[in-house]
Amino acid sequence: MTTLATTGDAFVATRDTAADSHGAAAASQRTAATPQFYVLDEHPHPAGYSTPLGFWLYIMSDCLLFSVLFATYGVLGGNYAAGPSPRDLFDLPLVAVNTTMLLLSSITYGFAMLAMQDNRAGRVQMWLAVTAFFGLCFIGIELYEFADFIRQGATPQRSAFLSAFFTLVGCHGLHVTVGLLWLVVMMAQVAARGFRDTVQRRLFCFSLFWHTLDIIWVGIFTVVYLVGIVS
Amino acid sequence: MSATHDDRVPGYDAAPANARAETRSGLLVYTIGLFLAVILTATSFWAANTSLLWPPGVPLGLAVLAIAQMGVHLVFFLHITTGSDNTNNVLALAFGMLIVTLVVAGSLWIMANLNANMMPSPELLNLHMQH
Repeated sequence: MTTLATTGDAFVATRDTAADSHGAAAASQRTAATPQFYVLDEHPHPAGYSTPLGFWLYIMSDCLLFSVLFATYGVLGGNYAAGPSPRDLFDLPLVAVNTTMLLLSSITYGFAMLAMQDNRAGRVQMWLAVTAFFGLCFIGIELYEFADFIRQGATPQRSAFLSAFFTLVGCHGLHVTVGLLWLVVMMAQVAARGFRDTVQRRLFCFSLFWHTLDIIWVGIFTVVYLVGIVS
Repeated sequence: MSATHDDRVPGYDAAPANARAETRSGLLVYTIGLFLAVILTATSFWAANTSLLWPPGVPLGLAVLAIAQMGVHLVFFLHITTGSDNTNNVLALAFGMLIVTLVVAGSLWIMANLNANMMPSPELLNLHMQH
């Protein structure tokens, strides 16, 4: 941004010398004879004005974290060390159920946001509870799957493939778990404070977080489970 | 930062008068998104299980379906559009996707290259020493 901290006289003088080269536009500005100033200090924004953009930048950095884990899985995913391969381990119907759970929790959170626009607290609480229920189902199924793998001897230290698998999928599961805690906190805040602006802003940030986790799960079930079964 | 309480989230300062209509169109957007996401997910799982398709092409098809579904989620659930109030979000998204592509594709490329240029396998070495 251009900043000019000059007094009127000096400003007009510099404009005069530049007028020849700048032609008609500069000349017409000179006839107005009122020097134009730019604000040096940043003007105040309302509180929380840039929160959605800042949170979106956080989401992007989280995508970077997952991209590194995806790259690790892509490099190491074929090193079974004579251990179990994806074909031996993965149970696609279970993954399909899990995918459905996360997709449903995503859509029900969208309904909660719509109810918030209508200012209906009871309905918001109901949809948040439904979202939390589906999220819990997702985590429960994932933990069951992990326990099943470990019972079969497919532990993270068995092979490079399993290390990368547990890191990638476990990191996503950890995000969903933290998201569930956040969801409970938001239910308490809506109950205690209603839809004041800060609460609305947090609900909006949570919607970014929750929908993004669903997007990352799309990548996981495709790259890890489906491509693992196919190849 | 001032401590005023007139803060608004962009996109959530809808006037109460047309809130109902907006909710109805919002409901439609989420329903369309769910419909598309279910179709794409079901197609992915079907493609991974069927034997009707040409096997080497299936992973590529799965990748295309996944990217399409991510796009559906971005537009219908995250409401990332090309509107003028969304420029910063879209720019951040584009930059993020560029870095993600570099990290993932670059890692796979370099590691595949390293693998290809590793020391020959023991069988090849033995063959060499027999001469």
